[in-house]
Amino acid sequence: MSAPTVEKTSTTPREGAFGNATGLLCRECSHQVELGPFYACPECFGPLEIAYDFPAVTREQIEAGPANIWRYKALLPVPGDIEQSPNMEPGFTRLLRADNLGRELGIDNLWVKDDSTNPTNSFKDRVVACALSAAVEFKAKVFACPSTGNLANAVAAAGARAGIKTVVFIPSNLEKPKQINSAVYTDSLVAVNGNYDDVNKLASEIAGEEEGWAFVNVNVRPYYAEGSKTLGYEIAEQLGWRLPDQIVIPVASGSQLTKVHKAFQELIKLGLVEDKPYKVYGAQATGCSPVSIAYKAGVDAIRPVKPDTIAKSLAIGNPADGIYVLDICRQTGGAVEDVSDEEVRDAIVLLARTEGIFTETAGGTTVGCLKKLVESGQLDTSLETVVINTGHGLKTLDAVADQVSVAATIDPSYAAFAATGIA
Amino acid sequence: MSVSVRIPTILRTYTGGESEVTAEGTTLAEVLDHLDGSYSGIKGRILDEAGQLRRFVNVYVGNDDVRFLENLETATPEGTQISVIPAVAGGA
Repeated sequence: MSAPTVEKTSTTPREGAFGNATGLLCRECSHQVELGPFYACPECFGPLEIAYDFPAVTREQIEAGPANIWRYKALLPVPGDIEQSPNMEPGFTRLLRADNLGRELGIDNLWVKDDSTNPTNSFKDRVVACALSAAVEFKAKVFACPSTGNLANAVAAAGARAGIKTVVFIPSNLEKPKQINSAVYTDSLVAVNGNYDDVNKLASEIAGEEEGWAFVNVNVRPYYAEGSKTLGYEIAEQLGWRLPDQIVIPVASGSQLTKVHKAFQELIKLGLVEDKPYKVYGAQATGCSPVSIAYKAGVDAIRPVKPDTIAKSLAIGNPADGIYVLDICRQTGGAVEDVSDEEVRDAIVLLARTEGIFTETAGGTTVGCLKKLVESGQLDTSLETVVINTGHGLKTLDAVADQVSVAATIDPSYAAFAATGIA
Repeated sequence: MSVSVRIPTILRTYTGGESEVTAEGTTLAEVLDHLDGSYSGIKGRILDEAGQLRRFVNVYVGNDDVRFLENLETATPEGTQISVIPAVAGGA
């Protein structure tokens, strides 16, 4: 096949703009492309990923860095002076021991990596920070995204702080709190009649037509996706520079799961953690579970679905990285599970009442799948396990609004309280 | 049947930079054959060696992903808009 030449960017990035990144590499056919706002392989349409020439990095160097994702800047496609750029400084979120939830589920050693404490209350601040760095280096005029909500919040906020125009596209039926959490930062929130896959299609078309637009999860996706690696780095560092035995991760497009695995592999290669086996588990909502369906059917191909679930941030019916999720979960001895909306709601309340963590529906999906994996014997309860909470429950209040209520409404007297039987 | 086809950036070297071109055919397969007659080699980018849609390309007839329809046998009525889009974007 004769390869068409890759289009060049109009502006040449400054020296060192992408740190130790050396180029873009097709994950499917290994075709190489120069660093630029490109995301699809010109040979086979496969996803382009960042290739690096990593220097020797020590634990001490990382530990001396700031308490945010830039402590890992040597392993990301960002410049050495990234801390000088206005950004939201996400990351280094808490890794909490979850003994109460562990007891409830029968898991001996359980942790929650709680990314709801990022600046806009979801893990998306990590990926957006990396995408923003790339957008700035490419001198983009507009910072944009299609989103199921959390990404829209993160893009709108990061763009505001960086002083770059933002345009974010969301499905028009998105939860109201997520809409408000974007609209407060930008005057260009666009609601599209359709589901996330429709919004995504529109964004891809706009990215092909508009000059100078950086769609974080489209044309600067290779840079954006690397931000998810920091979740994996942090978990290992916070466990005392070692990998957990098992990790449960929500799956929408599948990018986060593949990047956490990539982070673990990089830490092993760099000698920052000991090489050991670990199992990766994917979590989906039954109403949008194309990867879980393929896993359970034992097939490699993922058939797209039309999403119908309260877990809207996971409602991607055509997950681009789904086949890689299947590979990783199978190769590591993990699994892909899915839970009903009812189980999602129950799990949100379970996490809140055992660990004091209010998670959004994606986290409910993940904890719900953790519970189901234990019950079905697919997860070894004697092994150290980490479950990722990707976002805050205040964004999806409606999901549990009918699940919880005041226990009693009483007059202000002791007698009235005593009559409730709560004491 | 005359249809219009939206061409993604990475295939525009085949169409002389055009982002939208016209083609003929009553099914997507016929449209792609016709397109290849006008822009030699473009079909081989969209289909794999087995003649199936590549894994990382989405083709829409109107607003519908052809994987939800009849794939390459999806009907392409007169005036239909066909979009070829890389399938890499997405969320978490």
